Amino acid sequence: MTSAKDNHSSGHITAMLRRAWSAMCLAVLLVLGHAAYAQDIKLPERPDPPRLVNDYAGMLSSADAGALEDRLVQYEKETSTQIAVVIITTLDGADRAQYATELMHAWGIGQKDKDNGVLLLIAKEDRSMFLGTGRGVEGALPDAICKRITEYTIKPKFKEGDYVGGINAGIDDIQAALKGEFKNDEPQDTGSSFSIGWIILAIIIVIILFSIFGGGNNGRTYSSSGSSLPWFLLGALTSGGGSSSGDSWGGSSGGFGGFGGGDSGGGGAGSSW
Amino acid sequence: MKSIIRLLSIMIIAASLSSCGYNSMVEKREAVSREWANVESAYQRRADLVPNLVNTVKGQANFEQQTLTQVIEARAKATSVQVDASKLSEEDIKKFQAAQDELKGSLSRLLVTVEQYPDLKANQGFMELQAQLEGTENRINTERNRFNESVNDYNAYIGQFPAVLTAKMFGFTPKGYFQAEAGSEKAPAVKF
Repeated sequence: MTSAKDNHSSGHITAMLRRAWSAMCLAVLLVLGHAAYAQDIKLPERPDPPRLVNDYAGMLSSADAGALEDRLVQYEKETSTQIAVVIITTLDGADRAQYATELMHAWGIGQKDKDNGVLLLIAKEDRSMFLGTGRGVEGALPDAICKRITEYTIKPKFKEGDYVGGINAGIDDIQAALKGEFKNDEPQDTGSSFSIGWIILAIIIVIILFSIFGGGNNGRTYSSSGSSLPWFLLGALTSGGGSSSGDSWGGSSGGFGGFGGGDSGGGGAGSSW
Repeated sequence: MKSIIRLLSIMIIAASLSSCGYNSMVEKREAVSREWANVESAYQRRADLVPNLVNTVKGQANFEQQTLTQVIEARAKATSVQVDASKLSEEDIKKFQAAQDELKGSLSRLLVTVEQYPDLKANQGFMELQAQLEGTENRINTERNRFNESVNDYNAYIGQFPAVLTAKMFGFTPKGYFQAEAGSEKAPAVKF
């Protein structure tokens, strides 16, 4: 008798679970379906090791690409602004603005908290380019200025076949427009927070030491611990300083450290040559 | 009876481990609202550009008045449609989109008309204005896609078991999507 009832209600529950399961499947299908409909642009993989200049179409000689990379890496070190140059063979029918925006989003060009990425996207065979701006640079590089740069600075050089000259001239303009907008405040930040952290730690240790030894049963222990404290403090501070400068050196030496996770909201303008 | 108790206790444990999904639901709903704010500001940006565009075009001798009037009217209509950001139901989004698409349509007609005025087309100021319009269209597309993604995430989540129980209990309702415009799969006749 009880087992029959048991069967009945557990059957009820399985039906409920089945319904929930089918709802879940439906939801998953919806997600997949929408994702597929939203994006069918095929983007190149984020470069590894990271590079700012990515020539997939063989437009630049390797010496030119290297010099350009050095220039942009240097600029990033000074300002934290990431200007990337990506040259593809063809857009494959995609809208250049959308392509550039998706690429900036996918690679994370620019610093995360500043969104100060700039992307010069060039589609060699389409003879089309787009200068995309991250949200943070839209103020200094509004679409109209981007249009001026692509139309009047880069395009004439590209028409003559001077690709490197066009790109460099474009970057000159971009850097002129961004002058004073951003500065690289990373190393200073980490440095100061490190030493503040060490000072706090030293103070805490002092307090602990005082509470251990400074309870002061007799004068002798009190005075001996007191005399060693300044040395201890000094040691903590200098070792803290040492490790912080070591960190910042490690971070800034070498080439491009990687994209910072910046985002683009679709700003920029393009031209065809 | 024992199997039911076991099943129930597993469900309760599973649900309590995930705080019944309530926290994630709130997070996802906030993400949707954030994206919505971006969508609105992208559309606002376009609306703000329209007066500039109209003034530039007006300066052109004997420019077709009708096209201009249509743009101005469509803009007034588009900016008058307000959406309650806490609801964002399907009808809300549909109404909003309809008004905005009308503005988009009248703007494309305006730009077609401009083709007949070579002086205007060659004007640098106008070219830059056009670049700005192009930029706003791209921003609108970007923000709409991201809004749809966040709605997806949210809708899928509140439809899942066991979150669906919590959603029902606390009144989390599904939100609307932007639909692809009719004919937008094909390349548009007029490129902004």
